[in-house]
Amino acid sequence: MQATDIDAMSRTIRVHDPRGYPPEIIGKQLAPRLENLDGKAIYLVDCLFDNSDVFVEQLRSWFGEHLPGTEIRTVRPKESWVDDPELRARVEADGDAAILAVGL
Amino acid sequence: MALEAAGVPTVAVHTRVFARLVRSVAVANGMPTLRQAFVPQPVVGRTAPELRAYIEGTDPINNCSFIESVIGGLTRPLEGQDLAGLSYARATPRLLDADTEDNLHRLFVENRWTDFAPVVMPTEERVAAMLSGTSHAADEVVGRLRPTAYREFWEFTVEKVAVNAVMAGASPAYLPVILAMAASGVSGRSSSTTSQATVALVNGPIRDEIGMHSGIGALGPYSHANVTIGRAYGLLSQNLQGGSVPQETYMGSQGNFLSYNATFAENEEASPWEPFHVQHGFKPADSTVSLFLGGWYTVFGGGPRETWEQKFTRSLQACDPYTGPILALDPLVARGFVDRGFKTKQQLIDWCVEHARLPAREYWDNQWIQTLHRPRALAGVEPYASMLKAAPDELIRMFRPEDVHVVVVGGETGAMWKMIGGGPRLTIVQIDRWR
Repeated sequence: MQATDIDAMSRTIRVHDPRGYPPEIIGKQLAPRLENLDGKAIYLVDCLFDNSDVFVEQLRSWFGEHLPGTEIRTVRPKESWVDDPELRARVEADGDAAILAVGL
Repeated sequence: MALEAAGVPTVAVHTRVFARLVRSVAVANGMPTLRQAFVPQPVVGRTAPELRAYIEGTDPINNCSFIESVIGGLTRPLEGQDLAGLSYARATPRLLDADTEDNLHRLFVENRWTDFAPVVMPTEERVAAMLSGTSHAADEVVGRLRPTAYREFWEFTVEKVAVNAVMAGASPAYLPVILAMAASGVSGRSSSTTSQATVALVNGPIRDEIGMHSGIGALGPYSHANVTIGRAYGLLSQNLQGGSVPQETYMGSQGNFLSYNATFAENEEASPWEPFHVQHGFKPADSTVSLFLGGWYTVFGGGPRETWEQKFTRSLQACDPYTGPILALDPLVARGFVDRGFKTKQQLIDWCVEHARLPAREYWDNQWIQTLHRPRALAGVEPYASMLKAAPDELIRMFRPEDVHVVVVGGETGAMWKMIGGGPRLTIVQIDRWR
């Protein structure tokens, strides 16, 4: 290796950072938790992925057998992967909690 | 997360392979301790008893029973970070610290800022030279990108696009095309599990002005402009959207060769039909780039010969029903169709729509039709609602006319055609405003 090659390899350069600008992250508090699920209304939201309806039905069935004092309301958004404001408003209005299932 | 913010305690259930991804999404939304429960992969194709076993089994990520994850997620009292969330700024610098070129190459690879082929280092001089390719100010905001609808948008400027164009080896003259692609809002590095790639078609005068290729080998590595524009689009997508890292910001199960490059120009001069962008309402003198988010499959053939109808019908049936094809036809093929009476692209599209049919049972069994079209059908959206009423053996149309596209490309060395997965979403962007 010649001296000029070594010079070139040890020379420093400045280059641009290729990344974009990320948004600032604003911390958000989780919702207060329930003391227990007895007598509570839980929305079980089927996220509409393939076969999630079968999973959701099994989960609903499990709650029915093991926690009969908990009311499970199975619901489905109008479309896959798109926010459903009406459904969200319904859950917020009269749901004590929500389970979203199942993301894959 | 919207429900949590509205005061509804929530648990989201995922399959285990998404653990890192959903954790990073929660962090990016300021809720790093979001309660999540996990089941084994897959859920697709599993029977009710098998899924019941998941529910009665172990959460493979939280190392407790799945039910404990769910119930505990809704009832376990909040602690410090649950109450505060996590706030922080994530600034990226304009310039990196000075270093040797070898060390910088290593840094770029380690940070996954490349596609693992060598890149051109974006020095200040090279980026300044690249910026001469547009009249727009370096600090002008071009747009926002994200790898999936569940992630946060990242923003970027003209200069940031130019940096990635330099890395790809592009020339300044190509920058307006690259800026238009960046401004589209369509990522060339979608994180979809289906391994989407974005196919890009350039139309209009800019093709010739910058030496884009639409003849022999236009879909291959035979044009500096095609190759480096496509590569720049891939690099800028991953770097300007916040990454394309497996298990965090990329979940394509198999990946896609077309993610390296799927950018080409239409051979408007040799085509017997109107150019693609004119079909979609643009003037012939406009320059545009059309982005198809899909690229999942390719079917190949020659002709049209005596039995072309049978070959085309079988090929269309082999296409994914959720993803209509781009018919990429050599000019010889296009003229062959004109000889058979197809005076416009639309007539050929209509033929394809009429003949691409599947038994309803098979159509509705498709995973993405099941996931995306069936809810629309149940909500009464046409044509899906009527299609859902079909008897299982009834042959139903796979595609709507807007799902099928015809593009003329090739150098007339053979009468060859391809059907390339086009994707359900087409975005056409004007290039001229970025000159």
